Amino acid sequence: MKRHSDSALGIALSEAGISRRDFLGFCATLAAAYALPASSVGAIAAALEKAPRTAVIWLSFQECTGCTESLTRSHTPSIEGLILEQLSLDYHHTLQAASGEPAERARAESMRANAGKYLLVVDGSVPLGNPGYSTIAGVSNVDMLMETAKGAAAVIAVGTCAAYGGLPAAQPNPTGAVPVSHLIKDKPVINVPGCPPIPVVITGLLAHFLTFGTLPELDERGRPKIFYGESIHDRCYRRTFYDQGKFAESFDDEGARKGWCLFRLGCKGPVTYNACATTKWNNGVSFPIQSGHGCLGCSEPDFWDVGSFYKALSMPVTPVGKAAVGAAAAGVAVGAAVALANRAKKAAAKAVHQTVKVEDLEKKP
Amino acid sequence: MTGLELLIWARGPGLVLAVSLCIFGVILRFIEILALGRKADLAPPRQSSAGSGWRTIATRSLPPPGMLRRAPLTYLGGYVFHIGMAIAVFFFVPHIELFRGLFGLRWPGLPNSLVDIAALAAIVALLALLIGRMVDPVKRLLTGAGDWLAWALTFAPLVTGYAAFHHLFGNYTLTLALHILSVELLLVLLPFTKLFHAFSLFLARWYNGDIAGRKGVAT
Repeated sequence: MKRHSDSALGIALSEAGISRRDFLGFCATLAAAYALPASSVGAIAAALEKAPRTAVIWLSFQECTGCTESLTRSHTPSIEGLILEQLSLDYHHTLQAASGEPAERARAESMRANAGKYLLVVDGSVPLGNPGYSTIAGVSNVDMLMETAKGAAAVIAVGTCAAYGGLPAAQPNPTGAVPVSHLIKDKPVINVPGCPPIPVVITGLLAHFLTFGTLPELDERGRPKIFYGESIHDRCYRRTFYDQGKFAESFDDEGARKGWCLFRLGCKGPVTYNACATTKWNNGVSFPIQSGHGCLGCSEPDFWDVGSFYKALSMPVTPVGKAAVGAAAAGVAVGAAVALANRAKKAAAKAVHQTVKVEDLEKKP
Repeated sequence: MTGLELLIWARGPGLVLAVSLCIFGVILRFIEILALGRKADLAPPRQSSAGSGWRTIATRSLPPPGMLRRAPLTYLGGYVFHIGMAIAVFFFVPHIELFRGLFGLRWPGLPNSLVDIAALAAIVALLALLIGRMVDPVKRLLTGAGDWLAWALTFAPLVTGYAAFHHLFGNYTLTLALHILSVELLLVLLPFTKLFHAFSLFLARWYNGDIAGRKGVAT
């Protein structure tokens, strides 16, 4: 079997017992994901094998660590996981062993040594209401973000909180939480939304950066088009039942058992753009709709504030009842006023009405 | 404002506002019409008019003898549009969910392919009626700004709904938001335009049928 190249990833893959066939298979998957021709597989493999370790600084702000859990646990061990290991993860306060001063020093040293080249990954939103709401080593989130972003080649906002504000920014947004793109304006911010995002989306992004030295094409919301270009609904294997008008009415009825469409149970798939229905989760095992629950729309902005997860997409978000009763009362009141005005007009017209007798008409002027 | 933000507004405050204004307008218009009153008819009825009003409500939906031949576009276009729109509005499952959310009532829906055909037929009929209106000199003369507005208000939800369903303009979320907003605009203006006939036709037909019956020309 041909050995991998002697540098960086190649050595690590060989040591981990990953065959060149497996590695090329992964490169082919990547090429397909990015819609590149088959001839590019070799170039991707060569670029990845030669890739020097790129420094990554990972900052966690107002978040739940779900993004890190998603990335590190669900795909380990895997080739995607190894690629992550090839990056020099210089600072990640959940994963690193160091704490306190040594941890902060590691961040400072990486920023200095890799100035202008390192990738900054952020999960969690940034509170602007009061700097004290969230601090790391006594430094507020906003200060740490601005300081670390200065020398970064690019900023990757991982998860819905970092991309859109997410749960911390849900109404009434008590901490004044904002997404990363609200603060970083002078360099590319790539949004990788999801609560949590799909691991292969994050690793795919990093692989793209290692291979081409650039970032993939982004949409108007800063999301990589390849992963967020189509809605869950359009790629859903239950779509055919939607088209046939076959819907589950509850989570345990016959329709649910037959795997019919979950639209009536609140599935937000039609307005959610993500790759869940194609890449799936846990090494391609399943995704929420496949396991019988509607899509929550977790990779879209404000998904906490669009009404119940269990209300159909076409249902009202806010109750109409009270306003409707008020409107009806107002209708009666204004209607009565208009009716009175019309009657008065009629009476006035009647009052000025001149009666003419036949004799009057026959009178000669 | 993104498509999703617009959609959230349309499903929330926008819907509350539109439904409220529609209810306000419908009640206001009905009270206004009914309170105008009519002079008491002191003459004894020519014949018993019992049932004439009720029958007229149904018979006015049929073309008078010979009229279908004389104005096929008006009648056939009218039928296709109204029936197609009714199917699209009341039998598309997401719409039924909206009614369930608003009134708590629900009924079985139709497969999307049938609703799709009905909606397309309604769109084509509306376009044919518009062209017929523009081409026919008499109709053109009789058409005022209110009529063009009523046509546009009705056409917009149909065409945006069709576009959203078929993903015609790329961004589905934005198209869906525009569809809901166009329906809300229709709801707000419905009581104050000729579209109020959706509510007033039954009363008007009953009155016409009943008064005709009293005068001896019962349906």
